[in-house]
Amino acid sequence: MAGLNSTKLHVAKTIKLYISGAFPRTESGRSFPVYLFNSKKIYAHLCRASRKDLRNAVAAAKSAQAGWCGRSAYNRSQILYRMAEMMEGKRNEFIEIFVQTLGYSSAEANDVVEQAIDALVYYAGFADKFQQLIGAVNPVSGPHHNFTTPEAVGVVALICAEKFDFSRFVGQIAAITCSGNSTVVLLAQDGAAVLAPLAEVFATSDLPGGVINLLSGFAEELAPHLAGHMEIDSICLARNDENMRAAVKEDAVFNLKRIVDNPANELSLAQILQFVEYKTVWHPIGF
Amino acid sequence: MQNGISIQKHDGVHVPILAEPIDEVMLGERALSFTRRSIKKQSKLAAIYKCIEMIDLTTLEGADTIGKVRQLCSKARFPVTAEFSEELSHYKNFKAVPTVAAVCVYPAMVATAKEALAGTKIRVASVATAFPAGQILLETRLRDVRDAVSAGADEIDMVINRGAFLTGDYQTVYDEIVQVKEVCGDTHLKVILETGELATCDNVRLASEIAMQAGADFIKTSTGKVSPAATMPVTLIMLQAILDFYERTGKIIGMKPAGGIRNAKQAIHYLCMVNEVMGPRWLTPELFRFGASSLLNDLLKQVYKQITGRYAYEKSFSLD
Repeated sequence: MAGLNSTKLHVAKTIKLYISGAFPRTESGRSFPVYLFNSKKIYAHLCRASRKDLRNAVAAAKSAQAGWCGRSAYNRSQILYRMAEMMEGKRNEFIEIFVQTLGYSSAEANDVVEQAIDALVYYAGFADKFQQLIGAVNPVSGPHHNFTTPEAVGVVALICAEKFDFSRFVGQIAAITCSGNSTVVLLAQDGAAVLAPLAEVFATSDLPGGVINLLSGFAEELAPHLAGHMEIDSICLARNDENMRAAVKEDAVFNLKRIVDNPANELSLAQILQFVEYKTVWHPIGF
Repeated sequence: MQNGISIQKHDGVHVPILAEPIDEVMLGERALSFTRRSIKKQSKLAAIYKCIEMIDLTTLEGADTIGKVRQLCSKARFPVTAEFSEELSHYKNFKAVPTVAAVCVYPAMVATAKEALAGTKIRVASVATAFPAGQILLETRLRDVRDAVSAGADEIDMVINRGAFLTGDYQTVYDEIVQVKEVCGDTHLKVILETGELATCDNVRLASEIAMQAGADFIKTSTGKVSPAATMPVTLIMLQAILDFYERTGKIIGMKPAGGIRNAKQAIHYLCMVNEVMGPRWLTPELFRFGASSLLNDLLKQVYKQITGRYAYEKSFSLD
């Protein structure tokens, strides 16, 4: 019998989804394993999200978006910076996952986490500045002030690349959310074990529930439902699967979703601007 | 068990009020069991359409305006836009979206609703008897009913005297319902028990019996102004009371859960319960209604999902 000090008993984790600030199991009861690198030993079981989990995540994102967008840009910036702080605190947990499940060396894993933290800080900084850089007072003919300001698109679905790239997708989440969008993220299958500490980072950063929702599952199964969902305003498609791309584009026409196809792997203002739309206001000033 | 309770009818006859004791644990379990039915595909679509037909589309706010009531009536007549129907009509399983059963408003808005619904089969229901509290002199409450009826209401939703009920004065509760029924004449009378204020399941059962004995055409759970409003267990108690009353007297009474039923999934659970407890005979708008406002939009979203396979956009439907 294994005593309290026994190291023999290994209980494989079952990592849950992150929806609306909570950690529910998939309603489908399904799971899939993530293995230790180059091994048939199971590191953890992950929830295989279903269409209904996706629906719940979109509903959560939709209901959270107005409140998130309504926060001051400065506050959003603070919260993104807080995420970076919390990720810093969980650095070792992330490194352990990358070493054990993806075969990274400790140094490589450390670099990846470092880049992800940098991405959060980068977009935290931009959250209350990009409006000033992009917004404009337009010269118009007539007695009007004419302003153009960027606004959040709404609910953005992020389908991560097949090959897991942590810093890239954390950067994409930050670029999407810093302007006031909410997001539903479908993680890459191979690195999905990172969902657990990443969700804990979001859950402990004063981020309102529902702004970021993380799903683990099979993109082939869920992408059509994401593409057809009328409450999703934009899809960030980071996968290179041509068939999926064609199908997503076809289904996305029903509500004229903006598709951000294969976003660049870089930290830049341009990444934020892919998920904003522009509002121009004419304000009469009299003669 | 409420032993020895009886009420005196106007002809002097004492009628015992039969109120079975309620096992709350088993009640909860049984009510929960109705949420575990798997209703899919065409059956689900049929259930959703059925739910739409059973809605009393309601607006009971201090901020109600003539414009808002007209808008609600328009939504009752045309739950979806012509563009929506046109889009869905290309799918083979499309069927025209039905109208709701009734529009439920305050007495002052009855004339507006009647005018807006003229030429349709949609009924106008009016709350009355100083809804929702009912804490006003009886004569004034009766006047309230009279006014709503004379303004053209097809159905009256009255509240029972909870103050009298909770002090054990069941005769007053009974007498007041009888008097309201007399004022209603042929107008359908729904009696609101306001179960959220009755404290116990036994009281819900007792109040149901009193209302049915007094001449209610429908019994209704709640005003929607008190929490908890309609719940599955409370509705189950009332359904069972209706069934027992029917078996004893042969009189058919309708049921209306109201308040708190906001999505299609919940509504379908209620349909399952009605079907299994009462049988399909009660699955008609004549005998079962949902008092709701936001439910309709969720049902319409589910219609869209079932027919197109895509989740609907909330703004496809008007808010009121």
